Amino acid sequence: MPRLLPYLLLLPATAFLCLFFLFPFVQVAHDSVMRNGVYTLENFSRMAGHWKFSTAFWNTMLLTAVVVPIQLAMALTMASIVTKLQRGRSTILYIFAIPLGISDLAAGLIWLSVFEQSGFLNSLLVGLGVVDQPILLLGYQNTWIIFIAIVLAEVWRATAIMMVILVAGMGLIPKEYGEAADVFGASRWQKFRRVTLPMLRPSLQTALILRVILAFEVFAVVVALGGTQLPVLMSETYHWQFQMQERGVAAAFAMVILAVSVAFTILILRLLHVPKGARV
Amino acid sequence: MSAPSVRRAGNRVFVAGVALLILWVLLPIWLLFVNALSAPAEVTGFPKRFIPSFDLASLSFFFGFSGVIDALWNSVRVAAVTMVLSIGVGAPAGYALSRFDFPGKELFRFLVVMTRAFPLPLLALPLAVMFIRTGLDDTILGLALVHTTLALPFAVLITYSLFSGIPLELEEAAWTLGCNRVQAFIKVILPLAAPGIAASAVFAFVISWNEVFAAAVLTVENRTLTAFLLQSLDVSPLPLKFAGGAALVLPALFFIFAVRKYLFAMWGIANR
Repeated sequence: MPRLLPYLLLLPATAFLCLFFLFPFVQVAHDSVMRNGVYTLENFSRMAGHWKFSTAFWNTMLLTAVVVPIQLAMALTMASIVTKLQRGRSTILYIFAIPLGISDLAAGLIWLSVFEQSGFLNSLLVGLGVVDQPILLLGYQNTWIIFIAIVLAEVWRATAIMMVILVAGMGLIPKEYGEAADVFGASRWQKFRRVTLPMLRPSLQTALILRVILAFEVFAVVVALGGTQLPVLMSETYHWQFQMQERGVAAAFAMVILAVSVAFTILILRLLHVPKGARV
Repeated sequence: MSAPSVRRAGNRVFVAGVALLILWVLLPIWLLFVNALSAPAEVTGFPKRFIPSFDLASLSFFFGFSGVIDALWNSVRVAAVTMVLSIGVGAPAGYALSRFDFPGKELFRFLVVMTRAFPLPLLALPLAVMFIRTGLDDTILGLALVHTTLALPFAVLITYSLFSGIPLELEEAAWTLGCNRVQAFIKVILPLAAPGIAASAVFAFVISWNEVFAAAVLTVENRTLTAFLLQSLDVSPLPLKFAGGAALVLPALFFIFAVRKYLFAMWGIANR
């Protein structure tokens, strides 16, 4: 019995993950190559043949490429600040972590209040005399403003998750390393560059993987701010599943998102490889 | 410049930077609440004031809108079921990981960590079909099962680090005093772990409360608040959107405050 106990305790969680995690992924892979009961690649060719596909794909990639580096820099800054603080640490950490609990849809609506035509940005611009009357910011004429609004909303919403991981990681770095660097007269920047960053690799790895995958899943922020004017992979998946009732094509989209997610996970694992002997 | 004045200037830059970041986080939330707490005419009017007029017309319009109360109630119910399921299934696993060494442990940890490398909301697509076959489509339980998949890895990781922090000796002492395993767990471990378990339950609640994609795919009649807001985005007037956004955000502020001590525990495994 004692030898069986751990397995008994793990059984519900394992069964749950098999049923609701592994099985659905097999199923979605299966759905993507199945059409009217025969195996075919038609779902993929319909997907790739649709005029919105490449726009959606590149929008998603571009958003990730712009958002994630900004977030990385901000999260490192915020984590350094929190680690350095002596007074008010927990208050500031709480404030920085607030967006962690906020839904992507709510984040989209928050930034909609800034960018909509009668919104706060226009109020500010008119108040400062930059423009004479409110301008339509989120219109189809200037998708680049929609893009910027989405970037801001994403950076605002999802930097907290990276920050929390990095703060945890910085807490694991032994103080002696920093002290040794001080003895050798390293500047703050040198200490950060040569001690903190290399020691932070495992946390950076986790933070980046998590964040990049969430970035490929961007959905509600985009819909709240841009409607259908800026298609991304996830909104197209939703569109095919719901409006077009084409489950096979939606599954094909899902496979594309899955493929880029796995590819980037492997890439990040490779790039930030932590040798076994070098772990804290 | 002398060294102390350089340091003072550096400190001032540091304080300004912290203030700026705090403003960056809080200002957008403030603006949303300004909208939610102003009359509909002010919300659609121009120019905007940066201070709310504390007119509750927007909010009462939102809560009186057909379907909103039901959606809110659905959100609460789905999140509550998610909370119970993810703790009920996750906590035993966390306990097993912290207390036993056994073949297959690494495999299970791999399975849990792997869930993070996959875009989980996509699970809703194949499950929609499975749910129709089993009668779980458009039900509270069906959606809660998907949300539990999102919350379970966190529940396992948090409870794992929680139980690891409680010395095994305490349990052993209870055993030598005549408790069996279950009694020792209930009388000694559970009281110590309760606050952390509560925090991970709250976190599961938040994950479900905030989830949009799976909720929108899996519910039709019994929509949650996020699904309701998403699907009415292109038809609903601005005051409704902002009041809805505020209704989504307000609980989150309290939730994060409640779990702030445990924010780090959930990344425990990844750092080792």
